[in-house]
Amino acid sequence: MRTRKLWQALGFCLLLALAVLFLAPVLIVLMNSFKGRFYIADAPFSLPDAATFVGLDNYQNGIGKTGFPLAFGYSLFITVCSVGLIVLLCAMTAWYITRIRTRWTLALYYLFVFSMIVPFQMVMFTLSKVANLLRLDNPVGIVFIYLGFGSGLSVFMFSGFVKGVPLEIEEAALIDSCSPPETFFHVVFPVLRPTAVTVAILNTMWIWNDYLLPYLVIGNRYRTIPIAVQYLRGGYGSQDMGAMMAMLVLTILPVVIFYLFMQKYIIKGVIAGAVKG
Amino acid sequence: MQKSLKKYFPLFVLPTLAAFILAFLVPFLMGLYLSFTRFTTVSDARFVALSNYQEIFTANADFLRALWFTVRFTVVSVITINLFAFLLALLLTRSIPGTNLFRTIFFMPNLIGGIVLGYIWQLIINGVLYPFGVTLTSSAAYGFWGLIVLMNWQLIGYMMIIYIAGLQNIPDELNEAAAIDGATGWQRLTKITLPMVMPSITICTFLTLTNSFKLFDQNLALTSGAPSKRTAMLALDIYNTFYGKPGFEGVGQAKAVLFFLMVGLIAFVQLLLTRRREVEG
Repeated sequence: MRTRKLWQALGFCLLLALAVLFLAPVLIVLMNSFKGRFYIADAPFSLPDAATFVGLDNYQNGIGKTGFPLAFGYSLFITVCSVGLIVLLCAMTAWYITRIRTRWTLALYYLFVFSMIVPFQMVMFTLSKVANLLRLDNPVGIVFIYLGFGSGLSVFMFSGFVKGVPLEIEEAALIDSCSPPETFFHVVFPVLRPTAVTVAILNTMWIWNDYLLPYLVIGNRYRTIPIAVQYLRGGYGSQDMGAMMAMLVLTILPVVIFYLFMQKYIIKGVIAGAVKG
Repeated sequence: MQKSLKKYFPLFVLPTLAAFILAFLVPFLMGLYLSFTRFTTVSDARFVALSNYQEIFTANADFLRALWFTVRFTVVSVITINLFAFLLALLLTRSIPGTNLFRTIFFMPNLIGGIVLGYIWQLIINGVLYPFGVTLTSSAAYGFWGLIVLMNWQLIGYMMIIYIAGLQNIPDELNEAAAIDGATGWQRLTKITLPMVMPSITICTFLTLTNSFKLFDQNLALTSGAPSKRTAMLALDIYNTFYGKPGFEGVGQAKAVLFFLMVGLIAFVQLLLTRRREVEG
């Protein structure tokens, strides 16, 4: 029994050390965001002192250079609208193509599955041209693109779940003279809710952090957060390290807050998504 | 039910289908076609058969070098991430106090975007190398191991979560019975734990495999291929071919098609392995 206690204490110390190691990179960035821009690259591990501490200068500077509040607004708008649309429309599509089994719906299902394995580089050039041609190169249009690009995984995940929903409850609703849309919204969608949460979380993580797609489609006029951060890189030697640190902190902060509140759902969603995907 | 639902096709399927066709299917087919043409914009495409594909290997060594870098990176990151994640999962299923808090911390980096991850680690690695008078981009080796550390930091927590779920599915009786029969800890690990978490191992292997193989954002932010393209992975090399120099769009598209075929092959192997396991189970 005593050796067991000893092992547990040892394991706890090991985990504690690892946890510190895992948190260190973020804490180092936070610390450096309060140091003058020329004191960062040379000595990122030293604490700010009287000579290097600049208060919130970096934040002011970085916000001015990147237009961070606007970028945050674009990212939020695009992510919320895209995820909402994907969850709603892909659930509807998945229900339809699972319940109506024809050659066409089956082919469509396999096409959605196929799209999951195609890497973005395969379509990046042509997609940005199509988006440009169809005037989808704005924060509203890109929502439509995310719906198309995200539909593969989302329809696939919803379909997997719809197959497990007993037909009887839907038929009972129809006998009570519910129309198919009524049946879907009152009976089917509530049952699909756990999957909807998973789909929403996976898509939020993807779209919020996505860089290349928005950069190619809307990047020269509208900067989302990842584009704003990459924009700070600038030419060689001209990178403002202070502004960069401050923007990294501002980027990580909302994600961490969101994570702390939604942790349970995020971890569940990731497990469910991994098993299916 | 079938009949009444069928006429709602425009409401239930059409919006998703239209977006899917415009955002995926049309660009995909166009991309496939354009890989056989020379073009700078889409409208001036001229059919050149396989010459783009030929040029990938004859014009310069970029693609093969990127492929070799990507393969080495993928192998090392798949092994390290899965090993560390599995060990962490074993530790976190030993009823040590604070398990939930530790799990929360280890998973956190996974939510941070690739571009941001790249700049965080650029700062830290440059800081570590600074006393030695070198930087992250002085040698390709620094970029390689920098990416490995970055990927480990990002994905260990994610894989750990999946391994924990797998470990918690093993019934306690199995281990207790083995312990009574005098099995050592190592025997229980190799004869019970590992076979029982095999499904998790397959999932995690393929998740890390595809994530590493398709890596772009982290690569772009950390080194952007420096020094002289020697740390550029496949996705970055394709991007540079497209947007680096005009006149090579066709070659870039052909590279993208080869990239797609490689990713497709990985997915196909995964499907076969998963299917076989399901048949056995």
